[in-house]
Amino acid sequence: MASKIRNDAAGALEGLLFDGMTIMSGGFGLCGIPENLIGAIRAAGTRRLTVISNNCGIDGFGLGLLLEGGQIDKMVSSYVGENKLFEQLYLSGDLALEFTPQGTLAERIRAGGAGIPAFFTKTGVGTLVAEGKELREFEGGTYVMERGLTADLAIVKAWKGDAEGNLVYRKTARNFNPMMATAGKATVAEVEFLVPIGELDPDAIHTPGIFIDRIVQGAHFEKRIERVTTQPRPAENVSGETV
Amino acid sequence: MAWTRDDMAARAAKELKDGFYVNLGIGIPTLVANHIPAGMSVTLQSENGMLGMGPFPFEGEADADLINAGKQTITELPTSSYFSSSDSFAMIRGGHIALSILGGMQVAENGDLANWMVPGKMVKGMGGAMDLVAGVGRVVVVMDHNEKTGAPKLLNRCTLPLTGAGVVDLLITDLGVFEIDRKKGGVKLIELASGVTVEDVRAKTEADFEVRV
Repeated sequence: MASKIRNDAAGALEGLLFDGMTIMSGGFGLCGIPENLIGAIRAAGTRRLTVISNNCGIDGFGLGLLLEGGQIDKMVSSYVGENKLFEQLYLSGDLALEFTPQGTLAERIRAGGAGIPAFFTKTGVGTLVAEGKELREFEGGTYVMERGLTADLAIVKAWKGDAEGNLVYRKTARNFNPMMATAGKATVAEVEFLVPIGELDPDAIHTPGIFIDRIVQGAHFEKRIERVTTQPRPAENVSGETV
Repeated sequence: MAWTRDDMAARAAKELKDGFYVNLGIGIPTLVANHIPAGMSVTLQSENGMLGMGPFPFEGEADADLINAGKQTITELPTSSYFSSSDSFAMIRGGHIALSILGGMQVAENGDLANWMVPGKMVKGMGGAMDLVAGVGRVVVVMDHNEKTGAPKLLNRCTLPLTGAGVVDLLITDLGVFEIDRKKGGVKLIELASGVTVEDVRAKTEADFEVRV
């Protein structure tokens, strides 16, 4: 079998990018985003993209880089409040946006990857989200039909991975990555640590390698934090003085 | 006189019960965690994929891989678990979370909630709010009683796009606490903030309400 390992982010995307394509990109805010692969898409200059991602990065980082490059035509997201450029582009009509409730977005991607074309949910019934969609009664409640989502390419970020494509995520950086890994016609994973086969416990693998076509160890991770929120240490640990 | 943000959070904390799994929204709802009574076991769910949220980290110990739904750095507890967004919303949509406390822009007397967009002006998105109000058994909204302009936010009908129709059980504002019958419609004022009179509330409210204080 040909190796799934690629040496750098650009190589990992070689032959997979084309104008007008749909890309799923993992992460919640800036947590668990495939920042090296996003950088490579920025450098490749691929245009007219539809991007499916819970958020759209921030000004100057993450998917915000693709917005700055004028590369995105449409976003499918649940929350874009961290990005001024996004708001400007949307309100001026230069960017299309399909708002999808976060849980519905997660389930649409899970369903798409699992071969389920549509499902019914109560989320969004009676709101703009349900307009124009089929409604149906089940057990006395009203549910709206939502469609499964797939993409030409899914880019995901994991903590550790191996040559087989098995992935382990870390803490809340998991978020949308496991579902997106299943829903790309091609899926490329970037990992912080590419580890030897056998090092990952088979019982603790979050994404089995079958879903991963290519894997690359990221060259550099900034791992920016949107809102560093801390509390002071107990006073005696700081200076030995009591307050 | 009226309640402060912290007073409102403290009042919302009275809705907690021992053993509850709870989702707290961004803003004032986040402050509710500071008012969990000693000895009460409440597990906080963060919809980005964590059960058992701990306090904010000490300075210098923030971890980029460990944030809450408001993108703030947090810590884990010995009981914590992590999971995917789809598992997270299986908990929420599937009715496994007892209580959702979230912010609001408008609440109507039929239990409708609007809190995700102002057409033509503010575009942020609903995040997980539509899933929370649709799937969680009890929904408590905490918000200022009026806009900065003085315009009422407890209305006959919401004018902003809805987050959910007929979803709010309890509304806590800086002026008091309102019970909403989300099935039949109807608002009852059940508590007044310190120094606030029924007349004050009437003057600042569009919705009709019964007084049961």
